[in-house]
Amino acid sequence: MSTRTEPAWIRRALIGIALSFLALFILLPLTVVFMNALNKGIAIYLKSLSDPAALAAIRLTLLTALIAVPFNLIFGVAASWAIAKFDFRLKNLLITLIDLPLSVSPVISGLIFVLLFGAQGALGPWLRAHGIKVIFALPAIILTTIFVTFPMVARELIPVMKAFGNEEEEAAMTLGANGFQTFWRVTLPNIKWGLLYGVILCNARAMGEFGAVSVVSGHIRGQTNTLPLHIEILYNEYNFTAAFAAASLLAMLALVTLILKSIIEFKYRAELAAAGKFVIKMENHV
Amino acid sequence: MSIEVKAIDKTFGTFKALDQVSLKVATGELVALLGPSGSGKTTLLRIIAGLETADCGEIFFHGDDARGKMTKDRNVGFVFQHYALFRHMTVFENIAFGLRVKPKALRPSEKQIKEKVHELLKLVQLEWVASRFPSQLSGGQRQRIALARALAIEPKILLLDEPFGSLDAQVRKELRQWLRRFHDHLHITTLFVTHDQEEALEVADKIVVMNKGKIEQVGSPEDVYHNPASVFVLNFLGNVNIFHARSSAEHKSGEKPAKMYVRPHQLIVSRSPLSENSVKVVLTFVNLAGSIVKIDAQSQKGEIFQVEMSQEEYRALKLTKSDEVFLTPKNIAFSEYEI
Ligand SMILES: Nc1ncnc2c1ncn2[C@@H]1O[C@H](COP(=O)(O)OP(=O)(O)OP(=O)(O)O)[C@@H](O)[C@H]1O
Ligand SMILES: [Mg+2]
Repeated sequence: MSTRTEPAWIRRALIGIALSFLALFILLPLTVVFMNALNKGIAIYLKSLSDPAALAAIRLTLLTALIAVPFNLIFGVAASWAIAKFDFRLKNLLITLIDLPLSVSPVISGLIFVLLFGAQGALGPWLRAHGIKVIFALPAIILTTIFVTFPMVARELIPVMKAFGNEEEEAAMTLGANGFQTFWRVTLPNIKWGLLYGVILCNARAMGEFGAVSVVSGHIRGQTNTLPLHIEILYNEYNFTAAFAAASLLAMLALVTLILKSIIEFKYRAELAAAGKFVIKMENHV
Repeated sequence: MSIEVKAIDKTFGTFKALDQVSLKVATGELVALLGPSGSGKTTLLRIIAGLETADCGEIFFHGDDARGKMTKDRNVGFVFQHYALFRHMTVFENIAFGLRVKPKALRPSEKQIKEKVHELLKLVQLEWVASRFPSQLSGGQRQRIALARALAIEPKILLLDEPFGSLDAQVRKELRQWLRRFHDHLHITTLFVTHDQEEALEVADKIVVMNKGKIEQVGSPEDVYHNPASVFVLNFLGNVNIFHARSSAEHKSGEKPAKMYVRPHQLIVSRSPLSENSVKVVLTFVNLAGSIVKIDAQSQKGEIFQVEMSQEEYRALKLTKSDEVFLTPKNIAFSEYEI
């Protein structure tokens, strides 16, 4: 720290600017959310959260995350394992495809599913003939959520797995470990913080996704509204207190995510430093 | 358990890493795989361990075809070049790993595991580090723990990839003698990779010299040192000087010019020419540090020669830098005709 050459006033100015931006764009909105949610008292706050439509939205959001996150956990581990540890043709294509949902607008992501499964979509007639409802129903919400969140885990894990390399797994195999034992006893402990980090980001995105889900959900109150969609409807109906009460749940989710993320990052750094490895820069996609 | 490798080929893309490699290692032998960087040593070791598959060729362990066996079933102890210790496990758990992953029926009890690990730690003389993590060990200690871990499964074959590669000279020397004693004690068939010829010559029963994916020569240390099969082996096993034989006794018109290779200690230094093979040189550099004197000399044609002699010989000759002397080959290690 003693090698710093910038004059003190520049330092102070830069820190000041950063902190004011933080206050203006993050702390202020957060405060506004909680103030508006609670401005008619805690009783009204709790009542608007226990409204059947609100409860249905919470349930749907949790259910969606409960399915999408484990799915992406498995996919993320498999994909990053393949990318980090094997060489194969089309590897670059796979990497590009994994990143696709991040570079496509969520609305387009939603539209893809409408085009696939909608009444006029490619699979629409077949689905209707078999009485399967995808669009404007739970399956579409889950599929879309999986789609928009599937880079989260894989992208966290690829650099971690690359950094750890293959040797420990090979050593385990020469010592007689089978594939499962190698993964469970050697790979998983090495990647656990990166994995947890990815899962938390994935969960935050799965619960908070608006655009893509909005396109496929159909906004049926009490049935296909996730929490973000529920908030929008309430807000459009000028039911501000209820809207902000629901929003405060998502805000709390964000805060919890943030805190967990910091803890994990801290643990992870300590572990990597102890392992004598350079610290891998964690990318944040939220 | 003996190892036999027959006509192994291995290509990476278009690059031929191993080219018709055949090799036999007898039971209980300590064999050094010696060769420059990129000559395919690690690749051969990995193929024997089943970590890599050969394009073609056969591998036998004690006469049994090993190709159908997966790495985990080969019961081969492998020590990696960079140790590959499990970084999230203590030294104790590292060594116990091979025992803990055994199928239930064969798995020793917790007490037996404890005994075995401590026995191995004693063997590698590191009993006090059991509860440390690999990051808290020195390079030499990690190396020995990696060896102890490999030995826990009681392998019949031990493969060591540059076991002393990343250690400093002092530790290397100690460990290589330790390896020799250790092998004499346990008698496990051992194949170890090195690119340090001194290490190979000092430790091994047998040396396999590799170059560009091919085996150049197999033989005892004396054999490969004194009777090199090729210029490459000669060069690789120590410094060598080249003499271009210009005048031979009969000056027949059809005779081809020849190259003679002479080791630095096989040159006689004299004040006057001893034969028609003697070359007149000027001493350009003298290094007196060490048990032998190392001298660089330059001929009028600009060729550089390296000479080695004992301190006594050096003093008897009363040599100093810039002296003009004659070099005469005493013993020609290898000669070939120029093409
Ligand atoms: N997985 C791989 N893909 C492509 N090329 C490889 C691979 N593994 C090894 N090679 C190539 O094969 C050749 C032999 O490699 P190998 O690791 O066996 O050499 P080595 O003799 O062990 O060298 P060193 O002493 O540097 O460890 C090298 O040229 C290397 O680039
Ligand atoms: Mg190597």
